[in-house]
Amino acid sequence: MTDIITDAEEAGFASDRTQSNTLGEAARAYVNRVRGGDMGSLPAILGLVVLFIVFGLANDRFLSALNMANLITQAGAIIVLAMGLVMVLLLGDIDLSAGVTGGVAACVMGLMIARHDQPWPVAVLAALVTGAVIGLVIGVLVAKLGIPSFVVTLAFFLGLQGVTLKLIGEGGSVRVDQEVIKGITKNNVPVVWGWVFAALIVVVFALLALRSHRAKVSKGLQHQPLAVVVAQIVVLAVILAVVTAVLSVNRAPNPGFVIEGIPYVLPLVAALLIFWTFVLGRTSYGRHVYAVGGNAEAARRAGINVDAIRISVFMFASSMAALSGIIAASNLGKVSTSSGGSNTLLYAVGAAVIGGTSLFGGKGKARDAVIGGLVIATIANGLGLLDQASYINFIVTGGVLLLAASVDAISRRRRSASGL
Amino acid sequence: MSDSPLLALRGINKSFGVAHVLHDVDLSLYAGKVTALVGDNGAGKSTLVKALAGIYPADTGEYLFDGKPVHVHGPKDASALGIEVVYQDLALCENLDIVENMCLGREIRKGPFLDETTMESKAREVLASLSVRTVKSVRQSVSSLSGGQRQTVAIAKSALWNSKVVLLDEPTAALGVAQTAQVLQLVRRLADQGVAVMLISHNLTDVFEVADRITALYLGRVAADVATADVTSRQVVELITTGQSTDLDLPPSSSAATV
Repeated sequence: MTDIITDAEEAGFASDRTQSNTLGEAARAYVNRVRGGDMGSLPAILGLVVLFIVFGLANDRFLSALNMANLITQAGAIIVLAMGLVMVLLLGDIDLSAGVTGGVAACVMGLMIARHDQPWPVAVLAALVTGAVIGLVIGVLVAKLGIPSFVVTLAFFLGLQGVTLKLIGEGGSVRVDQEVIKGITKNNVPVVWGWVFAALIVVVFALLALRSHRAKVSKGLQHQPLAVVVAQIVVLAVILAVVTAVLSVNRAPNPGFVIEGIPYVLPLVAALLIFWTFVLGRTSYGRHVYAVGGNAEAARRAGINVDAIRISVFMFASSMAALSGIIAASNLGKVSTSSGGSNTLLYAVGAAVIGGTSLFGGKGKARDAVIGGLVIATIANGLGLLDQASYINFIVTGGVLLLAASVDAISRRRRSASGL
Repeated sequence: MSDSPLLALRGINKSFGVAHVLHDVDLSLYAGKVTALVGDNGAGKSTLVKALAGIYPADTGEYLFDGKPVHVHGPKDASALGIEVVYQDLALCENLDIVENMCLGREIRKGPFLDETTMESKAREVLASLSVRTVKSVRQSVSSLSGGQRQTVAIAKSALWNSKVVLLDEPTAALGVAQTAQVLQLVRRLADQGVAVMLISHNLTDVFEVADRITALYLGRVAADVATADVTSRQVVELITTGQSTDLDLPPSSSAATV
């Protein structure tokens, strides 16, 4: 027993970073990671910057406060749908029916309000339950019967469009007049509250980040240099300040009106982002989702109920799809028979993949949906402003999705080659 | 070191339909010792491991843990007793890091959230106590590890939860010479910490290097249960291939002469 070292400090893993390294070293380590193929959201962020520059130069209305607010309300539905899909993609599965699930759920909500005079919370709850039930059925078919998710959800993609047609009636649509529902995308947070929320988020994030950093340092565990933690806080503060400032400007096109403040959809997306970031990154449920996506057999042997994880993920994804359908209905002011059909789903899958979520499972974050969703919405918004025919929009978005999938495949190869 | 085995199987029988895979198998694993389980393909090694791990409970026979009869009907019963299995195809998730893999399925939580600092400290402690120095960092992803390093992590994982018995299924099968030596050292250190280790291996060089005792299976029966020091490599090969060894004095209870 003499040669057994009990003190972790003395064991000294060759290049363990328990010592606080310098900012330069941290930067070099990051560059090495990117070179090794672990790019995360970097391509999407660069792409977003390029898109903003190109569209900003091409059309002077693109960067106006009015258009930025439009961009955010357009991106909202895509981002929320994509967040649900990130979880499904983490398992290495796909949900092709997520878009139309949102359509059916929005339809349920619209009909409950318009034809059954239910209060809006009941209608929204009914929509979310509709989503969860659809997810439950898909999940059981995939997990218990072992049908590939591609096939199950393709069947639901077709079937649910029929359900929407039946519910609304051929060719019709349901108006969404309810103030609160319409307000998600049409109303704005009072300017003062916008600033208060932004400041609150930064302060809480800073406190949590610094506390976790201190705990790691005091226990001699691996941690990032303090400078990187501070830089993360500063970047978050700057982004929130810029967004809040732009949206706090009066953006009414006609004098005499005042339109200012953050559209309610933005805090909704922010809350969902924080929620899913914590669930996926900081709970054992989230850890188990990653484990099932990485190696389902290993997860099973570790005592994880793989089927339960898979079913619950489909339920969460479909519930998020329902929420996305409600946001889309709010933005459009109605639910129609084509709600959630056509390119809705592919936009969301594109958003998740562009944001850095792998199609091969096991790799992705909730924030990928936000960054990717912004890229997709920016393309649609910018090309719209340039008065391009809609065929261009389809071709460009398709091209971007293909590009993102290629980046995913190539970076995956480089990762396995470089062993990162 | 006490002479009574920590884990003992007595007269275990197991059939799959008409195939009688295990015949009256006796097996003893001692705390602090490495017991090698050898046998040709189809001798029943895997079935025996699965019986120990509770995956296929035995049809008849006694399962004694620390001298007391216990019932092991599922993997959960086995892990509750402190029995861990390291499978041949490593049960690790490549997208997770070393700490995350070692704690998988048994995460330590603080309220609803994961307690990463405690888990990392615990993993470090175990790796350090096993003198594992081959990994660069406990926070590197498993996909960046070599086969030997992965095997090391898998074995260290089994040692993390105060396990008393560790079953290793062909831990060196896919490894190179240097990596095999590292893993065997790790197996030895695990036993030196008082764990009862069972090593299943085809490689007699490995067996003779690290095992204290050898149990040879032949067509589902125990051909011999001997101390490594008492046998030669040639005799073990005979036991594996024919079920008996001409110049080895076997106690009558473990004789497989009736085959």
